[in-house]
Amino acid sequence: MTFMDLLLWARGPALVGAVAIFVFGMVLRLFEIYSLGRKPDLAPPRSGGPGSGWRTLWARSIPSKPFFKVSMLTYIAGYTFHLGFFVVLLLLAPHIMLIRSVTGLHWPNLPTPLIDLVAVITLLALIVTLVNRIMDPVKRFLSGVGDYVAWTVTFLPLLTGYMSYHHLLLDYTLMLAIHIMSVELLLIVFPFTKLTHMMSLFISRWFNGDWFARRGVAS
Amino acid sequence: MQDETLLDILKKRGVSRRAFLKFCAAATSLMALPPTMASAVAEALAKAKRPSVIWLSFQECTGCTESLTRSFSPTLESLIFDAISLDYHETLQAAAGTAAEAARETAMKENWGKYLLLVDGSVSTRGGGYYSTVAGKTNLETLKEAAAGAAAVVCIGTCSSFGGIPYAKPNPTGAVPVSDIVKDKPVIHVPGCPPIPAVITGVLVQYLTFGTIPDLDELGRPRSYYGDTIHDRCYRRPYYDQGKFAKSFDDEGARNGWCLFELGCKGPTTHNVCATTKWNQGTSFPIQSGHGCLGCSEPNFWDNGSFYQALSTPIDSVAAAAATAAVVGVAAGVGVGIANHHAKAKAKAEHETVTVNDLEK
Repeated sequence: MTFMDLLLWARGPALVGAVAIFVFGMVLRLFEIYSLGRKPDLAPPRSGGPGSGWRTLWARSIPSKPFFKVSMLTYIAGYTFHLGFFVVLLLLAPHIMLIRSVTGLHWPNLPTPLIDLVAVITLLALIVTLVNRIMDPVKRFLSGVGDYVAWTVTFLPLLTGYMSYHHLLLDYTLMLAIHIMSVELLLIVFPFTKLTHMMSLFISRWFNGDWFARRGVAS
Repeated sequence: MQDETLLDILKKRGVSRRAFLKFCAAATSLMALPPTMASAVAEALAKAKRPSVIWLSFQECTGCTESLTRSFSPTLESLIFDAISLDYHETLQAAAGTAAEAARETAMKENWGKYLLLVDGSVSTRGGGYYSTVAGKTNLETLKEAAAGAAAVVCIGTCSSFGGIPYAKPNPTGAVPVSDIVKDKPVIHVPGCPPIPAVITGVLVQYLTFGTIPDLDELGRPRSYYGDTIHDRCYRRPYYDQGKFAKSFDDEGARNGWCLFELGCKGPTTHNVCATTKWNQGTSFPIQSGHGCLGCSEPNFWDNGSFYQALSTPIDSVAAAAATAAVVGVAAGVGVGIANHHAKAKAKAEHETVTVNDLEK
């Protein structure tokens, strides 16, 4: 098997398989969460209405001052790598080409050197979060294997993407294949780890906001 | 004639010493040797005796020979090529029929163990290889026979190096590359469809100069020519870095000479020297002419996805698989939901009220 064969496998059957597992897993998880059900709230709502849930989606994204003071590093590194990850994912030209070929949607891209800089910052931010997780006794105590797996599969696509762009260590064709396969690993692992928060985060925030409004503390 | 050196032959053809030294300097730099080696190359090359070369053409289109011989004007490359003792070449030799075959056999016998075997075209193996025969002999037989007495085998073009177009699916002739047949001799791959003339002669020059074969990569290609990708050396690379891409072959981006990545250019995964050596005496190369690289010096280039599909895009359709997965996911989700409800209802039904009296027991 040549490097090109591996790349073709990564762009072909492997990608189809990974996307299928990702979609299957995410739909399954959503149904599981939704079908858990809630008891009907018989009390009349005190305030708010549907708006509170939507407002909470945004309100919870802004760190509150006391929390920010206590966990500044978590907030800054966390925001940096999340934003950086999405900038790299959504604004690099080859990635837009991929999205366009699958969905037909496309938008302007950023210059590659800028994406390159963002990728480096994102990688550093991810390393900071890992070191912090290991050094901080509370975080270390709370972390399980799943957390480290989630970190690894998030880190690898960024690292291999950076390395393939700069032709580091391995032949570009092989590195590109490894990069695509690392993304496929992320897709496969995604629905079965805490990475599902990408979707459940918004559902739970909306639910909390809506529920609190019914109890008289609308955001 | 056999005792004449390469320089003697070139002098006879009116090549000046200056032109010869210029060629040696260019060849030295192409071979990725330090410039100080140029004089050593010139000295060795000038004294080099004509090596016997047998060129076998199998399942091919003669494009490789055309590449070397149909230059706009006779170049030093082609003269160097002429200067080698090309004892057998079906397209170029004057002899025909039994005389031609006799010439090959004589050359082989006289230079047994010393001649260079150049091959263009893939080898048919299906049914013993009867899909391609010359003078009643299958290519497979001829190759085995000729390779046995060769010092080294040089595969000219992608067909002999990696199978090329005859090897493409569904490969009706059971075509294979030369390296699948010849296992006990050094095999140098000079792929390309066709390969650049300077690369073909470069490999020959190295052999004439040092008597060795060049340093090869994992696919058997000389590293000095196939070490970098087209993308690495492409003059349009800055546009890739800036994120400026032509979206179609006739849009403003194409007219401005922007990067052809989105139009399917295979430059990033193709190793060759087109972007620096170029074609037709350094006039141009495909990307400069406005078309993306096809990746012709890579194995299976014909089956490596569409020429017009960007490298970052999926080869197979993802949508159908995703839709099926979503349906299966919904079904599984409903199943799990029902199971959870049953478990909840069962737990509720089995629930017994605990009284104070029970606790006191």
